[in-house]
Amino acid sequence: MANTQSLCTSFLGELMTATHNFGTAPTRSVTSADTFKGALYLASATINAGTTVYTTTGEVTGTGYTAGGVTITNATAPTATNTSATAGTAYWTASASVTYSSVTLSTAFDTMLLYNSSQSNKAVGAYTFGSQTITAGNFTLTMPTNSASLALIRLSTT
Amino acid sequence: MRVNTTHGEMDEDLLVKKEGSVDNDIEFTTWTEYWLDDELVHRSAHVTLKTSPFTALESALLG
Repeated sequence: MANTQSLCTSFLGELMTATHNFGTAPTRSVTSADTFKGALYLASATINAGTTVYTTTGEVTGTGYTAGGVTITNATAPTATNTSATAGTAYWTASASVTYSSVTLSTAFDTMLLYNSSQSNKAVGAYTFGSQTITAGNFTLTMPTNSASLALIRLSTT
Repeated sequence: MRVNTTHGEMDEDLLVKKEGSVDNDIEFTTWTEYWLDDELVHRSAHVTLKTSPFTALESALLG
């Protein structure tokens, strides 16, 4: 046997469940999963890796749409899959499509910001797609397959 | 079939239906529009994300 230097795959999964805290905040008072939401942003907005928190700046407005977006269904806990002595992936995907029902969004939008409404609306990720408008209809965003190679959030050692 | 439109629910037979799709490495998207003469009265879209940005982590090498 020999030792191999690597981040432990279990740690990657535990990052997604706030098991480790190298800093001083936040202090968690609950053990249940946080509530995550998805907000839509105009194609002209600036939502990217530098976004730290949900913002109304650049968010879509229109009939039937509530600022802040909709709650994301989170029925499946993150998974951590080890593939070798030096590689593994932790991943998570929302467990249902995100639907904005009976809305009119006349200005083109192309991004959903996933954010944590249980933790001061801190941003998680920005997900882009081809520009859309909706007229008295539904906008549905179906998540990628929940796997180590496709999931919505993937943390991996390589 | 009844369709929700900017004029309330309307019978589909009174409207012109247009459909389309986009398929690339990032998404598979379908959309449906209903037109009343030259007026767009309904548009829905369904975006299926195929994957998402990938985040790699690494630790410093010791020794």
